[in-house]
Amino acid sequence: MVDTIGLIFIVIGLAFDAFGCLGVLRLPDVYNRLQAATKCVTMGTCSILFGAFLIVGLTTTGIKALLCIVFLLLTTPVAAHAIARGAHKSGVKLWEGSVIDRYAEDGKG
Amino acid sequence: MVKRRLILFVMALIVWCLLNWVPDWQHVIVGVFSAALVSWLTGDLFIQRAYVLKHHRRYFYFVFHYVPMFIIEVIKANIDVAYRVLHPNLPINPGIVKVKTTLKSDTALTFLANSITLTPGTMTVDIDEEEGVLYVHSINVKGKDVESATREIVQRFENILKEVFE
Repeated sequence: MVDTIGLIFIVIGLAFDAFGCLGVLRLPDVYNRLQAATKCVTMGTCSILFGAFLIVGLTTTGIKALLCIVFLLLTTPVAAHAIARGAHKSGVKLWEGSVIDRYAEDGKG
Repeated sequence: MVKRRLILFVMALIVWCLLNWVPDWQHVIVGVFSAALVSWLTGDLFIQRAYVLKHHRRYFYFVFHYVPMFIIEVIKANIDVAYRVLHPNLPINPGIVKVKTTLKSDTALTFLANSITLTPGTMTVDIDEEEGVLYVHSINVKGKDVESATREIVQRFENILKEVFE
């Protein structure tokens, strides 16, 4: 029973990872691509790790999977923040369909 | 100062033991040395106000208010992005908006920025600590002025984070 639930989590995770990759291909500029890369890929990978934890239980591997979830949730947003800020500061333009850019208006970027 | 390093030492040792599950004496002895090295090198960066760790109310709010809301928001974010990516017309309306926050401490601002990044359609680009301003990239801009963007993006987290970290 627990194995089946774990497999369901892994399948959901794989699907969201695939959507994230599709987003990186389809969306127009670096900021929108980061949105897809941070959200879908984070939850997809966490879901895969949680499914693996459910299947193997509280063993060496299972506890490492849980720790990986925590570290992934703490580090992915920081990396995305750093990439977005760096891109804006080095002059990467927003997509031409963007409606507003307060960051450039305030002269920070 | 010493207290701060001791807290970091204990936390590093716990993480080390979890990484080497099930811990035996060899692992624990090596762990004591490496945790001591880590807490000696980075002790002054970690916790600024050690006394907040004693407030049990904060743990309660963190586990029962912040974590469930965070998980629900993350699932909503994923369905939202998946919908936009799979839609043939790519329904996006992106832009960078400015939002205000009343949070002051470093930890609270970090958690706010991370929560914004992992929730529907928004991603923190930069923080201005002195003015309490965040620049947020949004995949679907609804309100362009500061007040409506703040209401939409920040406020659902701000009250809970204030209870936990301020």
